[in-house]
Amino acid sequence: MNMVMKKTISNVCALKIPRKYFCTEGVKVAGSAIGEASNEHEKKHTVSKIIPQYDIAIVGGGMVGMALACFLASMPMTKQLNVAIVDSNPALSSGLHIKKEDPPDPRVSTVTPASISFLRDAGAWKYVEQNRHAYFNVMQVWDYTGLGYARYHARDVNKDYLGCVAENKVLHNALLSCVKDSDFKTTIYPFRLSSMTLNTSSMSVVEENTKSVESSSAQGHGAKLQLSDGSSLYAKLVVGADGGKSHVRELAGIKTTGWNYSQNAIICTVEHTSENVCAWQRFLPTGPIALLPIGDKFSNIVWTMSPAESNSRKSTTEEEFLKDVNYALDYGYGPRPTSGLLGTRDMFSWFKMDATVSTNEFFEIPPKVIKLASERMVFPLSLRHANSYASKRVVLIGDAAHTVHPLAGQGVNLGFGDAFSLSRIIAEGIALGTDIGEVNLLKKYEAERRSANIMMMAILDGFQKAYSVDFGPFNILRAAAFHGANYISPLKKGIISYASGEHKLPIFL
Amino acid sequence: MAMAANHLRNSTRSSVHSILHNRFQPLLNAARFFSDAASSMPQPQPNQQSPPHSSLKDYELAKFAAIADSWWDSEGPFKPLHLMNPTRLAFIRSALCRHFKKDPYSAKPLEGLKIVDVGCGGGILSEPLARLGANVTGVDAVEKNIKIAQLHAGLDPVTSSIEFCCTTAEKLVEEGRKFDAVMALEVIEHVANPAEFCKSLAALTVPDGATVISTINRSMRAYATAIVAAEYILRWLPRGTHQWSSFLTPEELVLILQRAGINVEEMAGFVYNPVTGRWSLSDDISVNFIAFGTKSNNTE
Repeated sequence: MNMVMKKTISNVCALKIPRKYFCTEGVKVAGSAIGEASNEHEKKHTVSKIIPQYDIAIVGGGMVGMALACFLASMPMTKQLNVAIVDSNPALSSGLHIKKEDPPDPRVSTVTPASISFLRDAGAWKYVEQNRHAYFNVMQVWDYTGLGYARYHARDVNKDYLGCVAENKVLHNALLSCVKDSDFKTTIYPFRLSSMTLNTSSMSVVEENTKSVESSSAQGHGAKLQLSDGSSLYAKLVVGADGGKSHVRELAGIKTTGWNYSQNAIICTVEHTSENVCAWQRFLPTGPIALLPIGDKFSNIVWTMSPAESNSRKSTTEEEFLKDVNYALDYGYGPRPTSGLLGTRDMFSWFKMDATVSTNEFFEIPPKVIKLASERMVFPLSLRHANSYASKRVVLIGDAAHTVHPLAGQGVNLGFGDAFSLSRIIAEGIALGTDIGEVNLLKKYEAERRSANIMMMAILDGFQKAYSVDFGPFNILRAAAFHGANYISPLKKGIISYASGEHKLPIFL
Repeated sequence: MAMAANHLRNSTRSSVHSILHNRFQPLLNAARFFSDAASSMPQPQPNQQSPPHSSLKDYELAKFAAIADSWWDSEGPFKPLHLMNPTRLAFIRSALCRHFKKDPYSAKPLEGLKIVDVGCGGGILSEPLARLGANVTGVDAVEKNIKIAQLHAGLDPVTSSIEFCCTTAEKLVEEGRKFDAVMALEVIEHVANPAEFCKSLAALTVPDGATVISTINRSMRAYATAIVAAEYILRWLPRGTHQWSSFLTPEELVLILQRAGINVEEMAGFVYNPVTGRWSLSDDISVNFIAFGTKSNNTE
């Protein structure tokens, strides 16, 4: 009887179980499941009591969640997995519409060479290149005191570029297209997650009776997710890719550590008279301002300041705002640095054994901003880190695991790194027949990513702290650090490699 | 991943050669050692005709029944086994893929193979083998283990096809069952008569089939790590889990398997790294080791 019961269930599960949908309009399902879903839709009344079972449920189909789907789709060990993506964003099923003529969206990401290579290998990068994006090969960092500056060039590390800036919607769309064009089985649930039941104590029922074997096998395996439309699904592994305010993290009872900076960032798109090809970052007493090329004559601005300032700058006139931006990017708050100030060039000349090319480059003035090309958006800054990335059947990736200061545009790269690492660990687990929700397997992912993420967070936090102090001697020290970074070749290479996402330790390379 | 699998395959292959040459060749030639080894092994007792005809020791059964509930608790008494499992599977996967000419890059490389897991416990090995595509039978003499194994495997449609039976290798032989591959991992050190046990394993294996056995070496280092450290200091295992005197050395295992008609072709050690908390395959067989053998066509 026992065996028969189990056999039936396994057979039923082996069939493609029609999923039930309670919403009135037909649910569009992206990816390869489109044709299938329309059939299922007709059949939905015949078998509506069986809850669909998936290998993985990715909660949050943003850039990081879709990157995970992409990585899984690209590996032989994982491409047969049956994946559900839970996200109420309608763009996931309808697709994003990107018009090339539109000015760039202010929400952009700086993608590091390491992330680019992950995405290229997974087949997603070619879709990014079909839309607006901007590679940059020079980066200039300086501060308002006029005491120091550093210019990093891709040639210093024998690279063609230091990174690529792309709009988040371009990246997101590329990842969606990549998954859609693969033969990977994904089903999109355009709903929100309302509750999660983790089947952790299944063993406690043994004592009472063995009859429960049947009932518990009927309950299915793994975590049960309940969605906002009342439907539910089972997954062996639930991936929380649902951002800084992760619901998965909260439902799994994983606590976070962190603080708010009581600072906001204004982001917007601006226009120049000619194309900008360099990434610029200037540290001001109120916080850093970054000017990133985004293609054509556009640049993106990420400007950190106090909440009061951000509110007034958001509502001020365009003319006033542009004046402030140009002031902040050039002569405002202090003089331009002059090359060779303090004789640092001689001071560090011993280190120039294999002279890094860009030490000979002089300070340059960033291009003038002439027009505001988007609305001004304001975000509060915070740093948050989950105390654990993994528990049984639950794993966190991207902002759900760590929210960082957007200083160097590293946030999404840490997320891509997480997604890549998790996809490899899952492949490894499958190769050895491991249950992919097994905590020992997921802890491997945690061990791999935790130290890398904490290191980057500490550095970004350190930068933030270093520039929240305006005190004479400290400013000189900071400037000296800049000079050191500019003139000591190995150190400079180390910094570039680290910022490119290629080295684990920034200094001891 | 593929690279890793490849590397693993190469490294285990080379280690086998070195181990076989360095350790066994001189021993196999030395008849004196053979008799020494034989006398140090528990002798077969022909007068042992107790009703439960089995190679198992009763107190061993009681020991496992007491902790059966915690089989699937990854932080419980079987934690070391859970941690070691992926490493054992890496060895088994590559050895079986090579022997049965299966595609190592497949997610289900063991498809089409009938495998028996002797002493399956809670099904820690049976489940991954089933996920890798094998048709698995798990047997254990402790009824409670079988119940736990059935309950746990039933939770996943893929593993619910595993056939779990409360029986022994000897009884399977009596029933005339045959398997492409026979697994007995961390079991032989708990049986009363390893030589008889190996004969049963050989009888369950089809000609040209595979037998995989893992156990703990009877070395001083094994005494220090597997008993003193694991049971008394780290308290990983309940005290009395292992008895040093019933451990077999790799040489003894190879000899008794050979007498049962199984040629050991590969052997590897498992090494625990206390810093990373992970196990890895190595040439060092002084504590935990695993042997892969094939049944010669002409026996029986």
